[in-house]
Amino acid sequence: MLKLDLTTAPAPSRRAFLTGAAAGAVLLAFRLDLKGARAAEGSDALAKMPAQPNAFVRIAADDTVTVMIKHLDMGQGNTTGLATILADELDADWSQMRVAFAPADAKLYANLLMGPVQGTGGSTAIANSWFQLRKAGAAARAMLVAAAAEKWDVPAGEISVAKGVVRHASGKQARFGELAEAAAAKPVPQDPRLKTPAEWTLIGQRVPRIDSAAKTDGSAIYSLDIRRPGQVTALVAHPPRFGASVKSVDSAAARKMPGVLDIVTIPTGVAVIARDTWTAMKAREALKIAWDDSAAETRSSDTILAEYRETAKTPGLVASQAGDAEAGIKGAAKVLEAEFSFPYLAHAAMEPLNATIERAADGSFDVFAGCQLQTVEQAVVAATLGVTTDKVRLHTQWAGGSFGRRATPGADYFAEAAAIVKAWNGKAPVHLVWTREDDMAGGYYRPQVFHTVKAGLDAKGQITGWRHAMVGKSIMIGSPFEAMLVKNGIDSTTVEGASDTPYALPAYRFEVHNAREGVPVLWWRSVGHTHTAHVMEVFIDELAHATGSDPVAYRLSLLTRAPRLSGVLRLAAEKAGWSDKGSEKGRGLGVAVHESFGSYVAMVADVTAGESGVKVSRIVAAVDVGVAVNPDVVRAQVEGAVGFALSAVLRNRITLKDGVVQETNFDSYQPTRISEMPRVEVHIVPSEVAPTGIGEPGVPVLAPAISNAIFAATGQRLRSLPLDLSSLRGA
Amino acid sequence: MLTLNLNGVVREVDADPDMPLLWVIRDRLDMTGTKYGCGIAQCGACTVHMDGQPVRSCQTRIGDVGEAKITTIEGVEGKVADAVKAAWRGLDVVQCGYCQSGQIMSAIGLLSDNPKPTDADIDGAMDGNVCRCGTYQRIRAAIHEAARSLA
Repeated sequence: MLKLDLTTAPAPSRRAFLTGAAAGAVLLAFRLDLKGARAAEGSDALAKMPAQPNAFVRIAADDTVTVMIKHLDMGQGNTTGLATILADELDADWSQMRVAFAPADAKLYANLLMGPVQGTGGSTAIANSWFQLRKAGAAARAMLVAAAAEKWDVPAGEISVAKGVVRHASGKQARFGELAEAAAAKPVPQDPRLKTPAEWTLIGQRVPRIDSAAKTDGSAIYSLDIRRPGQVTALVAHPPRFGASVKSVDSAAARKMPGVLDIVTIPTGVAVIARDTWTAMKAREALKIAWDDSAAETRSSDTILAEYRETAKTPGLVASQAGDAEAGIKGAAKVLEAEFSFPYLAHAAMEPLNATIERAADGSFDVFAGCQLQTVEQAVVAATLGVTTDKVRLHTQWAGGSFGRRATPGADYFAEAAAIVKAWNGKAPVHLVWTREDDMAGGYYRPQVFHTVKAGLDAKGQITGWRHAMVGKSIMIGSPFEAMLVKNGIDSTTVEGASDTPYALPAYRFEVHNAREGVPVLWWRSVGHTHTAHVMEVFIDELAHATGSDPVAYRLSLLTRAPRLSGVLRLAAEKAGWSDKGSEKGRGLGVAVHESFGSYVAMVADVTAGESGVKVSRIVAAVDVGVAVNPDVVRAQVEGAVGFALSAVLRNRITLKDGVVQETNFDSYQPTRISEMPRVEVHIVPSEVAPTGIGEPGVPVLAPAISNAIFAATGQRLRSLPLDLSSLRGA
Repeated sequence: MLTLNLNGVVREVDADPDMPLLWVIRDRLDMTGTKYGCGIAQCGACTVHMDGQPVRSCQTRIGDVGEAKITTIEGVEGKVADAVKAAWRGLDVVQCGYCQSGQIMSAIGLLSDNPKPTDADIDGAMDGNVCRCGTYQRIRAAIHEAARSLA
């Protein structure tokens, strides 16, 4: 396979990307600019970066065009979208496009919204790559045209390219593969002309997903499917309580089992190394381990929540304020007050966490996993194994979901795999496998969170003040992202979506308390918006009803300065038949609208509710993501967000009893099933604004839309999640 | 030594009779299209066919398979299988795709017994197959589409 350009700027050969890495540094300065993509200034900076076709395009003699994918595709379809962006500017035919996951190389493959870090998160894959891949495609096209012009001795301006064929008016034509070698010798245009929207042939159209075929015949290789020669499987017995450590191990019985190769104690527990997964499972059951709980979290989740409730009554850190909220509430004609609690949630991706590490003959290492924060993972593996980062190569695989879990700031399971390799002296490639139980009980949950909110209304129903307190463990404090995302003790990922509310409030005060506890927490698909959007959208709904207003009209009256939010709200309401909704006993429509990660989503839920339970029959969503690179993938992400989040609305919670996680598999943490799946309609606002993401933004609005619909159906407010359906009386 | 009739080929397997078929297929025979999701028959990711019927391979002891013909996603074929896979691709059902081998094996099982399933039939046959990406709407549509194409 020929790389497009091997002369003017070296392609990412192993040597090039190895020398660029910061050796041994685990703590890196991160910048996570989740809203940068929508700001004109941020977009402009991305637009001005020089074209880098060598980093992203490979054209082979057989005419295939491979796009180097710097992100993880964990199902969100970014491989299809990223390839589409490049293919359009290249004027390739979709059938010739291929994708390959890029190596770890923060110089070439940094997420441009995360600073010097290669990683996937915050719904940024398309947003940060938009100009980068268009320029790469346009530059590669210009180089192919230059090669053709030279070959045919005609002016470049007389050459056209369409569907993978380069043509001249004289009738001469060539395929990309025929021109690739000559094109590689042409200079890289730094600032090639980009197409106008009217010229797009693929962007904005539905093209088939690039991964559909391999994912329907069993041939797609996920991280768990890696099979290296001589590979062994390792399972780790983790302590039942977070923060506990190994006191003593009796491994005599386990060691005697056929197929067990070794048992080693590592910082996170006791690792069983065996010839296959089943043997490792049986041997792990045979271990007798005494745990030291002296540093462990031993409280129950109920106890921790009760402490939050008390903490919320005390003054917290002020995340945002304007006017005098307290005075506004004191002078109000009517005061509404509510509290909301949210449980810990496991990500529970279908593919449990796992990673394979293999030592090469020269003492370097190859890592095969669903790599989501490549720069961190590479640095952590290198530090654990005592080598420089140039000795660690990452091979990103298809990931069976993530929802945030594979991107851990400390690269937890990578460090664990590396610790086993180190303890076993790299004797064979080690595949660390977490069972479903390990995965679910292993922590890094969506934090447990408690909110109280109070608002005053004057005699005309106008809001006079809004006071709001949030209690939860910060995700970012103590992580490498702390410097950028925590200001004055306030973690923006705890308060995002509340303290920066777009609703026009005359006086407000948002306070936050950072809980101290031993349960590891992490971002979970849409992060802080998972709880802030619910509180804001349910409480706004309560205010609407308290003032006798229509919930859609009431929101619109407070969103006059938020045109894109108003736009999706109007569209969803119109498509759902909001204005024609009748009053049917036990059935109701509920609405919610929210911005997250620079994208705007409104949902209307059609719900039947009563003593016999809740049935969500239909969801109508409207989204504004700027340019919808692939509208069908956008629709799929919103449909999927409904399926993913519904079980968290209805029942999912991770609870601790005396520090021990109680839910360990899909029997006690039941995901949404097909019989519960509502019909989902997704309407996309046409736009030529630079695209933002849709992996996460469908999630935050589902819970409040359902909760508000239950109120419409029954007159009963269910605030906390999961919804306490047992409290519903007959409608 | 046990024998296993897998995708039409009889293979010798050196395994404890208690070992689940799932791990024999994945770890001993290195055929990785069949997935591990929960190990307790709660998610359906490990679904294979035993004499044409969908079963959870994580709960099927290799010692109990005997002469039964086991078919995995890599080996499943015929008109129904082709129709189901074509519908899955045509509607771009997959997201992460990890559960889809099991979904497809269950869907082929359903359509082999019931060529024109209703939504309720689909719920009954597919409720044991979890998709955390939430692709259920397209799974339902793809099953109806495959049924149409087979009619």
